Parts: sequence; C-alpha cells; structure tokens
Amino acid sequence: MNIFVLMKRTFDTEEKITIVDGKVSEEGAEFIINPYDEYAIEEAIQVRDKHGGEVTVVTVGNEDAEKELRTALAMGCDKAVLINIEDDVEEQDQYTTAKVLAEYLKDKNPDLILAGNVAIDGGSGQVGPRVAELLGIPYVTTITKLDIDGNKVTVIRDVEGDEEIIETSLPLLVTAQQGLNEPRYPSLPGIMKAKKKPLEELELDDLDLEEEDVEAKTKTIEVFLPPKREAGKILEGEIADQVKELVRLLRSEAKVV
Amino acid sequence: MNFELTKEQQMIKEMVRDFAEKEIAPYAAKWDEEAYFPVEVFKKMGELGLLGIPFPEKYGGSGGDTISYAIAVEEIGRACGGTGLSYAAAVSLGASPIYYFGTEEQKQKWLVPMAKGETLGAFGLTEPNAGSDAGGTRTTAVLDGDEYVINGEKCWITNAQYSRQVIVTAVTGKDERGKNIISAIIVPTDTPGFTIRSNYDKMGVRASNTCELVFENVRVPKENVLGDPKKGFKQFLYTLDGGRISIAALAVGIAQAAFEKALQYAKERVQFGQTISKFQAIQFKLADMAMEIELARNMVYKAAWLKDQGKPFTKEASFAKLFASEMGFRVCNQAIQIHGGYGYMKEYEVERHLRDIKLMEIGEGTSEIQRLVIARQLGC
Repeated sequence: MNIFVLMKRTFDTEEKITIVDGKVSEEGAEFIINPYDEYAIEEAIQVRDKHGGEVTVVTVGNEDAEKELRTALAMGCDKAVLINIEDDVEEQDQYTTAKVLAEYLKDKNPDLILAGNVAIDGGSGQVGPRVAELLGIPYVTTITKLDIDGNKVTVIRDVEGDEEIIETSLPLLVTAQQGLNEPRYPSLPGIMKAKKKPLEELELDDLDLEEEDVEAKTKTIEVFLPPKREAGKILEGEIADQVKELVRLLRSEAKVV
Repeated sequence: MNFELTKEQQMIKEMVRDFAEKEIAPYAAKWDEEAYFPVEVFKKMGELGLLGIPFPEKYGGSGGDTISYAIAVEEIGRACGGTGLSYAAAVSLGASPIYYFGTEEQKQKWLVPMAKGETLGAFGLTEPNAGSDAGGTRTTAVLDGDEYVINGEKCWITNAQYSRQVIVTAVTGKDERGKNIISAIIVPTDTPGFTIRSNYDKMGVRASNTCELVFENVRVPKENVLGDPKKGFKQFLYTLDGGRISIAALAVGIAQAAFEKALQYAKERVQFGQTISKFQAIQFKLADMAMEIELARNMVYKAAWLKDQGKPFTKEASFAKLFASEMGFRVCNQAIQIHGGYGYMKEYEVERHLRDIKLMEIGEGTSEIQRLVIARQLGC
C-alpha cells in the first residue's frame, strides 16, 4: 500500500506565545509535530505494518522542518519529503499548502493519505479536504477508527461526540481526530536509523509550479492574543441574596439573560 | 567549537523529556513516599532502547554516544531523582564494565539482555568497611578447581534485586608486594548462597532499589571473571570515571527541576503587592541558580565529549561530578528558600529534590574523593 502522511511543524501552544509585528514570534518558541498529525503518522505506520507497503511523510515548510520529519522517520515512516517554499512564496495560506501538496501527490498514485484533523496553530482544518478535492478522491475528516479490507474502508468519524460509521473505498484521504490511537515515542534505535532514511528536498520548480499558481487566496488583517482572563468574582452572604445578585449580574453586567 | 547538539541528540532529548513528563513525573512523589521501584517504567524504557544508548547495535544497544546518554539521564532525573539514579546505575555500573572489559562471550551472554532492557544490572563494590577505601575490600573469591568460591558482604548496591547478575569485586590473592589483588566477577543473582536484601530506609532517591548483598560460599565458574583477573582495581576506577559523568548529569536534572519550580512559584507568589520575582533578593537567587545549572551542564557535556573522542576524561568527569552535585545542593536548597514555608511541605515537591540531590555528593565517590582525584590529576 502506498501511504502518505501530510505533516505540519507548529509551535507548541502549551508554551508561552508572544506576538511581534503582527506575527507569532519564533524566537524562543518550541516547535513540535502538530499533535493531530502524530495520530496520522501512528495510524499510517500501523496500516503499513498490517497491510505492507511504504509510508512517506510530506511537509510544506522550510528547512527547520527537517527535525520534525526526522522524528516521523524515527517513529517508523520510511521516507520523508520536504517541499521547501520559503524562498519562492512570500504569503501562504491553506490554498497554497494544499495546491503544493496536491501537485506533488498527483503522480504518486497514493492509496491512502492521512493528515491531522486540524493544526493547533492555524486551526482551519482545510488542507486535508482541499488536497482530496484537488486530487479528486474521497475524504473523511475527524476519524477515530480506520479499518481496511481489500479496497473497502470502514471509518468511524467523530461528530461532536457522536459517532458516524462510513463505508468508502481506496484511494482515500482521512484526517485524524484525538482517540484514533496512542502515538508511539520514537525509539532510540529508530532515532539512530532515521538519519539513514531518505529525506528528499523539493522546491516549487521541481513541481513545475510558479509563485502565481500557489499565491495565497486570503489575507491576514491582524493577529492578536486573546484578552487576559480577569479574576473571578466570589459572591458572599445568604444563599438567597447570592442568587439574586448572580441573576442581577448576569442580566446587567454579563448581559446573557 | 560547536555548542549545538546534533539532530539525533536533540531528538533523544525531546523524546526522553516527553516520556519522562508523561510516564515518570506524575508518579514521582508517590514513589518517593512509598519507596516504590517502578519496574514497569524500566520495561518501557528498555523497549524504547534507553537502557542501551551508549552500546553498539551488535550488543543490543542503540549505538548512541555518551552525550546522548547524559542527556537521557538528565531528563529522567528531572522527573524523578530515584528513577534517574537506577537508570544511571543500570547503564554506567551494571552494563558498561562488561562492555569495556568483558570477553565476546560475556558480552553476548550478559550485556545484550541489559542493553535490550530485559534485565537491569548492578555493580557490587562498596562494603560496610570499604567505602572510599575500595582497596580495603574484604570479600574474597578463592579458586577451587574450575570455580571461584565467594564469601563476604556488600552494601548500598543499586538495582541488585532487579538484576540477572551482579558484578562483584573480591580479593583473589596477593601480589609480589603483598597487596591485595582485586578481581571483578560476574555473579548470577540466582546462584545458591547469594542473598539480596533491600531494607534500607533512605533519605532520598527512594524510588531506586538499594540492596545489601551477602555471599556464603557462592560458587561461580572461573570464566565469570571479568576480563583480566589482575586488573579489577583499574577496571572499577575506569567504570567510576564513566559513572561520574552520569551522576553529574543526574544532579543537573534534579537541580533543573527544582529551579523550574522555584521560578514558576516566584512568578506567581504575591507579597507586598507584587510577585516575589520582582524582588532583587529573589532575582539574584534565580540568576545564580540558572547560571550554575548551565555551567554544570556544560561540564557534563565536555566530559562526555572527551569520553566519546577516546581522550582522557578522568579529571573532567570529577570536575563535572563535584561541581554539579554541590551546585545542585545549593540550587535545591535555594528552591525551598524561595518557596518559604510552602517549600518545607511535601506537597510542593521541592523538598524531595533536596533529599534526592544530597546523594549526588556522596555516591560514586564523595565530594572529598573527587577533590583527591582532581588533585592527583594535577600531579600533587
């Protein structure tokens, strides 16, 4: 089976984030594999181990993403591809990434493509579905279970806490939701072997793309941090008075009732 | 000069940190309280290849370097000092001597299972009356036909209850000047007459397994002698040199944990209308702590690098061990001070770091012995 994983390198949102000149400051930020993409990587490895084939992990980014690609290789992926568009593209959005990925994938005959449900930075959840659309293959998002039997695929999809069971067929693109699996730690032998595994680096040129072809379709007007959380209010006195006060505040201050 | 870690070293650091934060740190206080040895965590560490970092693949290892190993010790120690100690002892004291001095057959038989994490290993050197004065070893091994017969006692031996074998130092004869010849002998822990007990009630590193060994006419085949039977003394000196790098790394990890807690607390605790991190008295403490930790870490990396390059590293390993353990004690002490009364309470977990780190100034050569080692290296 020819399996591809779409991976994004993101900053760790559990660390402190600062904004400088309208952008998230990369200085001092910790970078990680997007956690939802880790589920995709784990699932890809499990599918390969069960059905045979090869897992290629692909990212669109700059050369710093090599470390995350190597980590994916250390977890067990077979090959990695870095499509470096840093020098060619100034402004990029989900359209850019999807277009570049689809262009790379169109002659690769993928049987299965896995991606994260969303990236924890941008959070749009668009790249996976867009790639499937461009390739003209079916896709299922936010999956929590994947069963492949020959050409038939049974997927369980998370629908706001409920489950939807979907039958579909290969080739297919799925996006991984939390609960799909428990991603493994890269083992020490895996880390040592990762440096010997192939990591191909491509540029727009290699995909016969021009900057205009992948130009962003959206424009970011402003980036800002959420407002600081104010300290809570503790009501005091008799319970009956507290309830009255609470209702008054909900009405006059919070204006929610 | 290049102060950057390689990609592999960075990946190892991230993986071990991730592992330790999820699988070790949340339970460290409980293990300390109950003096519980987390054998299941060592099984997982073995599966990830952590117990074989500095050994080649052909001996079941991961083919990493000493720097990677030191990084792993630091990260595990940052989560739990006791687990870190057992980890460091398993690799540096249990497995390394067989890798450095064992015959090919011994390596296949004893090293491979340790590097794969199927068993831990232990090193029995210290005796009730032979601590720093290892030359005063009283345990004897007398050759009787094709077997050594071992009698004696060892104390404070890390991991012995979870090991398939212990490397034991014993007097096997006298040289021409009448001095004891000390040999290192591999003793399977299931040999009749070999008793292992663990009933110490320790001040710190309570999640590590610490044992007392008793040998009563324990018979092992003579091919179990480790390498050259006349070089037992030299072997353990070399083993301890390597072990010191790992103890230094462990001290850095424990100190780092204490520092991070102190920094976070200082930024949250409000007194006199502002966080205490705004007061110079606290700032100066935190600045000293951060500086000393970084200096110690650099020394650990340098000693490890020298070892990886095949260069002499005895002096640097002692520098690292001595400085890291003493600075670690200062850092953990100040971390409690910054926490004030809360720091004295177990709930805040900084008092554990102080109890844990105290051992770093004692184990694998006291601070006083480190100064002697350094002075000797200076030609005194």
